[in-house]
Formats: sequence, C-alpha cells, structure tokens
Amino acid sequence: MNLRFSLNGEQTALDVSPWRRLLDVLREDLALTGTKEGCGEGECGACTVLVDGEAVCSCLVAAGQVEGREVRTVEGLGDGAVARAVREELVSFGGTQCGICTPGIAVCAVRALEREPDASRDRLRELLAGNICRCTGYQLIVDALECAAARGRGEGAE
Amino acid sequence: MTAYLRPNTLEEALAVREAHPEYTILAGGTDLLVSGHRVPPPPGIVDLFDLRPLRGIARDGDGSLRLGAATTYLDVLSSDTGREELSILRAAAREIGALQIQARGTLGGNLVTSSPVGDTLPVWLALGAEVELSSAGRGARRVAYDAFCTGYRQTDMAPDELVTAVTIPPPAPGTRRFWRKVGTRRAQSISKLMIAATARLENGLIAEPRIGLGALADRPIRGVAVERAMAGRPPDEDTAARAARALAAEITPIDDVRSSADYRLTVATNLVARFVRLLAEPA
Amino acid sequence: MADPSRVSGDPALAVGVSIPRVDGRAKVRGRALYVDDLTAEGMLHGQTVRSRVPHGVLRAIRQDPDFDWSGITVATAADIPGENVVALIEDDQPALVPIGGRVRHPDEAVALVAAPTRARAREAADHIELDIEPLPASFTIEESLAGEVVLYGDDNVMRRFDVQKGQDVERALAEADFVIDGTYRTGPQEQMYIEPQGVMAAWDDQGACRLTGSMQCPYYVHKAIARLTALPPEKVVIAQSVTGGGFGGKEEYPSMIGAHAAVLARASGAPVKLVYDRDEDIGATTKRHPARVHHRLGVMKDGTIVAQDVDVVLDGGAYVTLSPVVLSRAVLHATGPYRCPNVRIVGRAVATNVSPHGAFRGFGAPQTTFPYERQIDKAARQLGIEPFEMRRRNMLELGDETATGQTLSYSVGGPAALARAEAAAGSAPPRELAPAEQGTPVRRGRGLAFYYHGAGFTGSGEEKLAGRATVALCEGGGFEVRSSSTDIGQGTLTIFAQLAAAALGVDVGLVRVPEPETGSVPDSGPTVASRTCMVVGGVVERAASALRRRIEAWADEQGIDAPMDELGRRAAGELGEISETAQYSPPPGIEWDDDSYTGSAYAVYGWAACVVDVAVDLDTYEVQVERCIHAVDVGKAIHPIIVKGQIEGGTLQALGWALWEHVAYERGSVVNRRMTDCIVPTFADAPELETIIVEEPYPHGPHGAKGVGEIPMDGPAAAVANALEDALGAPFDAVPALPEHIARALAQAERAPVSKNEREVIS
Ligand SMILES: Cc1cc2nc3c(=O)[nH]c(=O)nc-3n(C[C@H](O)[C@H](O)[C@H](O)COP(=O)(O)OP(=O)(O)OC[C@H]3O[C@@H](n4cnc5c(N)ncnc54)[C@H](O)[C@@H]3O)c2cc1C
Ligand code: FES
Ligand code: FES
Repeated sequence: MNLRFSLNGEQTALDVSPWRRLLDVLREDLALTGTKEGCGEGECGACTVLVDGEAVCSCLVAAGQVEGREVRTVEGLGDGAVARAVREELVSFGGTQCGICTPGIAVCAVRALEREPDASRDRLRELLAGNICRCTGYQLIVDALECAAARGRGEGAE
Repeated sequence: MTAYLRPNTLEEALAVREAHPEYTILAGGTDLLVSGHRVPPPPGIVDLFDLRPLRGIARDGDGSLRLGAATTYLDVLSSDTGREELSILRAAAREIGALQIQARGTLGGNLVTSSPVGDTLPVWLALGAEVELSSAGRGARRVAYDAFCTGYRQTDMAPDELVTAVTIPPPAPGTRRFWRKVGTRRAQSISKLMIAATARLENGLIAEPRIGLGALADRPIRGVAVERAMAGRPPDEDTAARAARALAAEITPIDDVRSSADYRLTVATNLVARFVRLLAEPA
Repeated sequence: MADPSRVSGDPALAVGVSIPRVDGRAKVRGRALYVDDLTAEGMLHGQTVRSRVPHGVLRAIRQDPDFDWSGITVATAADIPGENVVALIEDDQPALVPIGGRVRHPDEAVALVAAPTRARAREAADHIELDIEPLPASFTIEESLAGEVVLYGDDNVMRRFDVQKGQDVERALAEADFVIDGTYRTGPQEQMYIEPQGVMAAWDDQGACRLTGSMQCPYYVHKAIARLTALPPEKVVIAQSVTGGGFGGKEEYPSMIGAHAAVLARASGAPVKLVYDRDEDIGATTKRHPARVHHRLGVMKDGTIVAQDVDVVLDGGAYVTLSPVVLSRAVLHATGPYRCPNVRIVGRAVATNVSPHGAFRGFGAPQTTFPYERQIDKAARQLGIEPFEMRRRNMLELGDETATGQTLSYSVGGPAALARAEAAAGSAPPRELAPAEQGTPVRRGRGLAFYYHGAGFTGSGEEKLAGRATVALCEGGGFEVRSSSTDIGQGTLTIFAQLAAAALGVDVGLVRVPEPETGSVPDSGPTVASRTCMVVGGVVERAASALRRRIEAWADEQGIDAPMDELGRRAAGELGEISETAQYSPPPGIEWDDDSYTGSAYAVYGWAACVVDVAVDLDTYEVQVERCIHAVDVGKAIHPIIVKGQIEGGTLQALGWALWEHVAYERGSVVNRRMTDCIVPTFADAPELETIIVEEPYPHGPHGAKGVGEIPMDGPAAAVANALEDALGAPFDAVPALPEHIARALAQAERAPVSKNEREVIS
C-alpha cells in the first residue's frame, strides 16, 4: 500500500506491504536504525517508538496501522526540555552501558516523564518495566530518570 | 498483496467482516503480531485499533457497564467510569505486560485469543460479564463469558461476527472484589495462575460468591464447587479450609514450562482461603 | 542517588572521576551502529539449518525439489575452504557437521542458507531436510557419569583438576567437631544480552575475508577464521561492531557465526549478514555451565574451619569449548576466602548431548561460591555463631595462605568489604510483619555471602598471553589507544581513554579509542576474566607513558617547553604519527605450577560481601528482595560510575540466577526459547541496589585497579539462599529457588496470619 504518515515531524510516504512490521519499515526502508530489535515479540522494549504520543513496541505494529498517524523514533525525540534531560542524564549517570536498550528506554522515558513529571522511583520502575536492560541492574537508569524528571519540572541545574 | 482496511464505523467493520471473512482482524496486534512476520501475509487486514465506537467504557441506561472491544488496557486504567466495580479489572490491566503492551492490547483481543492465561478472562467470570457479538446480518447478541469460551483457545464467535463489547450487570450493594495474579515476575509476565473473586456478606454470611480461575484448566473457569463451599457460611477459618478443599477437588492444573501442577494447586487453594479471610476484614 | 561528575579538562583528574562515557552520546541518540544496523551493496541474509536431533550420524542433506531455490545459496561442510573446526582449546567442534559425521546436540549447525531477505532465507532453511540416524543420547551430569553413552574419551570426562593441601582430608574431617555435608546444584543461565548475536562477512577480490560483528574477542575469531578459510593471518580481518552486551556469551560463539557467515559469503560471492533471532540465540548459543557440587566442611566448636572436601562436576555439553578453563576457575574458587589447613578439591567437566555450555560472567566461580557460602552459613547456624562473626573468624587476611598455597601479600580487601557491608546493613528486619502493617502472610530473612574472585587469567596465563597495546600520537596531535579489548558495555573505551590521558598528561578529549579491528590493533588478549582494566589497562598506561617520554625527549632536543597537548601537536606536525607498544609483564613473585595446581592462582583477588533481605509471601511463595547491599573491593575505581554500573549489573544477574532465571531443557534442547518464558528481571523486579565501592589498591594495577567485572556475579545467589533459610527455616541448596521449589520445601511449614498486600485489590 502507499503508506503516508508523519515521521519525526515530517510527512513521509512509501510503498510497503501493510503487514510488515513498523520496526522493519523504519530500519530497512527508512534507514532509521536507532530503533533496535532485541526479541521481535514485545518482550524487551528495545524497539519502542511513539505512535500518536504513546509508547509501543514497533515489532508488534503492522505498517498499515500507522497510516495517517504520527510516529516518533529516538532520532526524532527533539530538543524539548524532557528529551534533552533524559538523554543527558542517561549518559552522565551511567544509565547506558552496551546501549542496545538505550534508545527504547529514552523513548519510553520521554513519554513517561512528559505525562507524569512527578513519577516516583517506584512509578518509574513500573512505567519502564517493558524495557529490559541486562547491563545496568536498572539502578543508574532510575537515578538518571529521577534527575531528568527534576530537570523537566524545572528543578535542579541545567 | 495484502489489503489494508480501517473502518471508521461499526457498520463498515461488520460489512467488511461479512464480505471478507478471510481477512485478518487486527486490533492492538500484541497477540497476532508476536510471530506475525514469520507467517505468510494474509489477504487482507481489518484494523480495529482505535475504532472509536468500540473504544471506551460507558454506563448503559439499566446501570450496567459497557466496555468496548477496542478499549485498551491504558484506557481502562485512565477511565473514571465504574471505578469501584472495575477495581479488579484495573488491577489486572495494570499487571498486563507493561506500558507498551497496555497501550496497544485490547479487551477484545484478549477475549478472542482466548488463551487460558488471558488475564482479563477470570475477571469477566467474577463480574458476571457478558460478551457482545455483532454481525451485519444478525445484529448483536450477548452471551455469558462461560458460553463465549467454548474450549482451549476456542470461542463461540462466528466467521461473520466481531466481538463488540463486554457488559457487566450492576453489582449488588456491598460487593467485595479480589484479584491476584501470580506470574513469573512482576511485569511482562505470563500468569502461572489467577484468581478473580467477588462476594458479599449478608448477615455475616457469604453471599453470591463468584470465583474466576485462570491458568488452572484448559480455559478460564468458574470455581463452582468453591462457591458452593463458601455460600451461606461465615468468613472464618473453617470456611477458608472448606473452600480450599473444594477447590483442590475441583481443578487438575498441569505442569508446563512456567510452573507445576502442584504449585498451581497449592497456591490457588491458599488464595481462595485468603479471599475468605479477607471477607472477614472491614471493607 | 549517585552524583554524576561532569569534571573534565584537568588531566590529573582524569582517573577516579566519572567523565561522561565516550560512547554515551551516540548510544542515547540511536546513532551507534550495531551489526544488524550495517548493510552493504548486494548483501544477503544468512540462516542456519540445525540438527534437531541430540545425537546421531548425518546421512544426507536434501533440498526440497518443489521449492523455488532461485537467488538462494546453500552451503554445507563441503564448502569450507580450510579445516572444518571452530578452533579454540581443542579442535573437536566442527563449523558444520559433514555428511557421515556425528551430530552431538540438537542445535548443531548442519547447513547454511543465504537469500536476499531474511524471510526468504528462513523459508528456504525450512525446505532443507536432514537425514540423521539417531544414536542413544545423554543429557545430564548423572547420565554422563553413568557412562552408558560415551561421548568423550572412555569416561566422558573432558577435563579433571585436583587440588590438595595439608593432611589427609578424610582424617581431618574425622577430627573435626562437626562436618557439614551438602550437595548443591546450580542451573544453566542464559546471558540474555539484549542484542542477539550476529556477524557480517565479505570477501574482497584479493581473496581476503573481512568480518564485522558483535563480539568480545576479535582475535579468537581471527584464529578460528584463519584456520577455517586456510588464509594467511593478514588476509583475515575481524572488526568489532558496537556490541550490545556479552557477559561471556560473545566470547567463543562469534567464531561459529563468523565461520558460517564467511562460508556463505564465499559460496554466494556476496556480503552476508547472519543475525540470530532471539529464539535461535537462546537455543543455540552457550549458557552458564550447570553444576553439581558435593561439599564437606569440617569445623570446630568455635567456628574454625579445619577441612574442606569439594567435588565439582560441570556439564560441559557436547564439545570441549571453554570448559577446561571454566572448570579450572570453579575449582580454584571452591573453598572460598577462608583459611583452611586441609583441602581436597576434585573437579571434572563431563560431556552431554546438549549445546556446549560456555563463558558467563563469573566463569565457574559462581557455581562453587554458592556451595561454600551455603556450607559456612549452615555451620554458623549449627554452631550458633552470628553469620558475620563466622566469616570474620575464618577469612583470609594479609599474610594468610590460600588453598593452592599462595601467600597473600597485598590488596586483601576482604575484611574491609565485610565490615562495610555489615555497617551499611544495620540490624535485620523483624521476621514477621508488625501487626500494624499486616499484609500478606510474609516471612522475612537476611542472608550474607562473602567471597573473592581472582582477577586476570589463571596462573601463568597472562604471561603466556603477553597482551599488547599501542598508544599513538596521530596527525593533528590527537592520541589513539589501539588494543583488541572490546567495549561490550563495560566501559573499556572510556577507561582506556582516562588511563592514557592521565599517563600522557593530556585532556581525555584528546584521546580516541576506536573499536578494535585485527588489522590495526595488536592482540591484547581476550576481553574476559575481569582483565581488561587491570591487565590491558596497565599495558595501555605503560605504552602511554613511553610515548610521553618519547615526546618529551623530542621536546628537550628541540628546546621546547610547553604543556603536553601542545607538545603533541607540534611533535605530530614534525614527526608524523609515532606510537609506542607495550606488553604485559607479570608482577614479581607470581609462580604457578600447572601440574600440581599449586602456587599463585591469580596475581590478585577482588573481595566482596553481599547482604540480602528477602520477604516471602507464604501464600504464593513469591520472593521479594527488599534490600541488597553489595560491598566490592575493586582496588581503585578508575571511573566510579562505570564501576558501580558493573557491580549493579552483575548483582542483578546474580539475583536473577538465584530467583527467576531458569533455562528448561528437553532432550538436550531448550524449551523456553522466548524471552517471555526464559525470563530475566525487569525494572519492577529489581530492588534498589545499595553499592559500596571498597578500594584496597593492587600495587601492580593501573592506579591500583584490579578486576571488577565478574565478582558481583559470584555471591548474591548464596546470600539469597541464606536469607531464604533464615526466613523459612528450610534449606535451599539449588539455584534457582523458584516459588515452586519454595512451596515444596514449605509443604509442611506452619502457616502465618493473613491480610492484605498492595498488589491486591479489595473494595
Ligand atoms: C510482551 C507481551 C506481554 C503480554 N502480557 C500479557 C499479560 O500479562 N496478560 C494477558 O492476558 N495478555 C498478555 N499479552 C497478550 C496480549 O497483549 C493480550 O491478549 C491483548 O489483550 C491482545 O489484544 P490485541 O488488541 O493486541 O489483540 P490482537 O493481537 O490485535 O488480536 C488478537 C486476536 O483477537 C482477534 N480480535 C481482536 N479484536 C477483535 C474483535 N473486536 N473482534 C473479533 N476478533 C478480534 C484478532 O483477530 C486476533 O485473532 C501480552 C502480550 C505481549 C506481546
Ligand atoms: S524487539 Fe520489540 S519488544 Fe523486543
Ligand atoms: S545497557 Fe546493555 S542492555 Fe541496557
């Protein structure tokens, strides 16, 4: 089908089978390889993107389903206060090690903190439970996001 | 080539369903697409995700609740309608997968997949819910959940039908509700077993108990014998023990890669007993 | 909350400070390129056809005549240009089973397919039929030892090690006041790096073969591919792509995938990318060795340990691979960080018809740490000695001798680690819920584990490896560190930049550390064994110091007096690229005898103590880890946040192994091949981790640093089991302790009072 959707803020059109996974269309057809595949079955969250602002596993979305919708990937999180704080604090707190989970975590965290700027550590753990990280033990990611949340709320230093 | 259709109204959806029973119905895709890319593409897709008329929770004129089949778990968690009655559905929704799955997964998908480990299904049993099925030719019909699920991953849905809603009758005042999922871990977890239960106390005695059991048989089932063992008795240790015994006699869970028959049986009986004891506590 | 330090600029501060990871920005923006992100003109996708039979003889490989094979390349053992082996320790494992050859496990590679898309490749692989004549098979340690099916030598024992110390152990045990006798089992564990394994291969028109992929040890792959392709070493180039986790799992297996990709690329004449799906990765690649350990501990009434007799058996799987080395480490750690005059350790690795087990963080040590820490705990319980006190009475201190007769003369951080953990833990929580907060019937308990882990290769291993690294002054005055040590998430690139910058006296920003490629970096040895910072980092530091001296000498000659960064710029302008390469040299006093297994097993040890508080739901037997305090002696934290990340990542893997992670096999084949059933802890399962970095410097490590990568994996499982016994009064002697096991152990136990829990709803 001729698929049209907004990708990272830009109208995009391409000819694809509606049955293909959004993940593959992004990675293979659109060369946006920031979205990663860790399992292909909705378990790891490495493929998380935002569709109409909601975090979803792009390995479980059929390409046709994004027709007319707005898709945001890690490449298009932009430079808003929350997105910047999430990226910077993930790096400075050691919330990324091997990094394969990181794009998915960044995307999910931006969604989480934009909706729930006051999320507690426990709530952050709940919101991010669909993103598996095998390297960090999660502690430093939670630390980073707690700090990013404070920055997003306008507390703490830039 | 795979056709892609996204109906905007229920009528359109039912018309397509009738015209193309061979097309794949797709909602959140969280069941269907798990290995979707490994199977050959279907001739067509009918996308029900975000089909507005099927999305959301509303109170009907008779006081019953109506939950659209395309309602997502996140919708359930953010809806204010029927908060008290749906407390156990919300508790279940909150433990399904994690955020990404809750954002896409729908009540209709859970019903039609009809897995013995579908988390919402015991809730429907406990709440006495009915499933609404609609077709272009015959209109809508409602069946009780027990009649909807006809066997292991089997439903009563006809090839020209869609699941359109779940309805829940108004509860008797004073109804208490209980939900416990025992999964492999705290999130992204497939259930080893689930118990959804409702009951109330009438003059200190248990009345109208409804026990929904998940992952304890080839399909979600009512704990009929447990209910009988509880009804009309005080919520005390003796009743807890009777209920546990009744349950043990009633189910024969299986061993699989996620758990063991022994464990499932023991924990299910413990939780039924827990429910009885909880009834004794002030609401 | 950790305090991220953003200090940079002053070279003197480069070490001991948590600068932002050099690879962090690219990763967090999704710009880092992993193997599956790479593509090439005309690239094909590879797929592997596997035996599906645990043991048998391959009679034929047939392609379905009705399938459309156009555009598809099929390769078999006959297409291998050189030797059909995956070269490692022994040459027993073929890259592809040849016709007439023996299939030894159900996930053995038999044929390969390449096609323009992954879907086509998958489809084609499904149309290849194998004719395998089955043979009787053996799947467990017990079956292997029973020897009815002989898979290796004449008794299935791939390797045996013996350690002896003191008098006859039987006599010493007979003279002890108490003997604690226990048999312990630990299960296989999946590394579950989030990036599945993959390698891309291409041959150029000069006949050279280039592989790029996800891996820990480029030179292991290099050695294997050179043999497989019969190419001279310089015609094989192995490059590491950004690697999404390894934990040991990408130590040896990339040689296998690399071999397959290379064969397919040669047969098809096109670049081939072979990336595993998750189920294939779980099914075919290595796991932690399952182990059975029989341990007898002799103690006196005052708690003094007088004898340990340990029998260790590891399930090696179908081929030898790294089992001897894993076994060696298991054996050398089997008696723990305790003084003990009389020791007997026997270790055996045995063959089964299961996909080979291999490296996983800890490398054998977790399998023997669990038993000895359970044993010590049981002894303390029996003797009525408080658990910390029991360890204190027996722990190795400066000047003490290990089981192999090594006298510890420096960097013994055990006492400090134990004390710090004890202080942080404070008093244990009450066993039952206080009535006011009554919830679920819950029982609580606290467990301790205390352990050590040898850093670097065993015995003379490092000397034999003679790891090398180069530091170069490049055009424009920047510096480059060249080593084959990979960054698989553990921070190598950042730490090497820090060490080089500090030695050179320049800003970290001037030092580049590229991902290794065998054509342009020297062999620094593999990225394993907690050796990267301590051993290779030391070599990097020496190379950087040599380079600095050379530049300073040049500056003296020229009569220039300026800071190093300026000297570098000017020297680069005048001299072009100059570099210095250094090689590892062992610290003095390290002597090891491989025949008697005596002497200095490791140059130095890391030390750790872990305290775990658990709460067990007595209705569901689910365990909640409420606190986990981990004090780890790392010598010196070059980058405190990276060190903390290493400790915490390892700790959670260990807690996962203890409580959740269970790989289920049926007839040698993994049945839970999906992440949904082969689970690891999520954000919601993980407790808040309380990490304490202890620094007891190692005089021969860079700035005092020693290994940190593996030790956090060794002990927490024992701490969990000890906590469970403390809570429930029943012994837990197997890993993992799933709720199913706990339920069984408690079948008789008494019930406690009941009420609510936050995860339940009652209204
Ligand atoms: C990582 C992960 C975690 C999960 N965790 C849980 C969990 O904890 N508990 C749980 O119960 N489930 C879980 N699931 C399963 C799944 O999310 C649920 O079953 C979900 O409700 C399915 O809904 P869906 O809309 O995504 O279904 P889809 O995949 O879109 O459809 C499922 C099936 O239902 C049919 N269908 C959908 N809607 C209709 C309709 N209105 N009428 C007729 N047919 C219809 C489809 O044709 C298909 O056969 C998990 C799945 C994943 C991938
Ligand atoms: S790849 Fe989509 S969740 Fe793992
Ligand atoms: S950083 Fe490696 S998986 Fe998260």
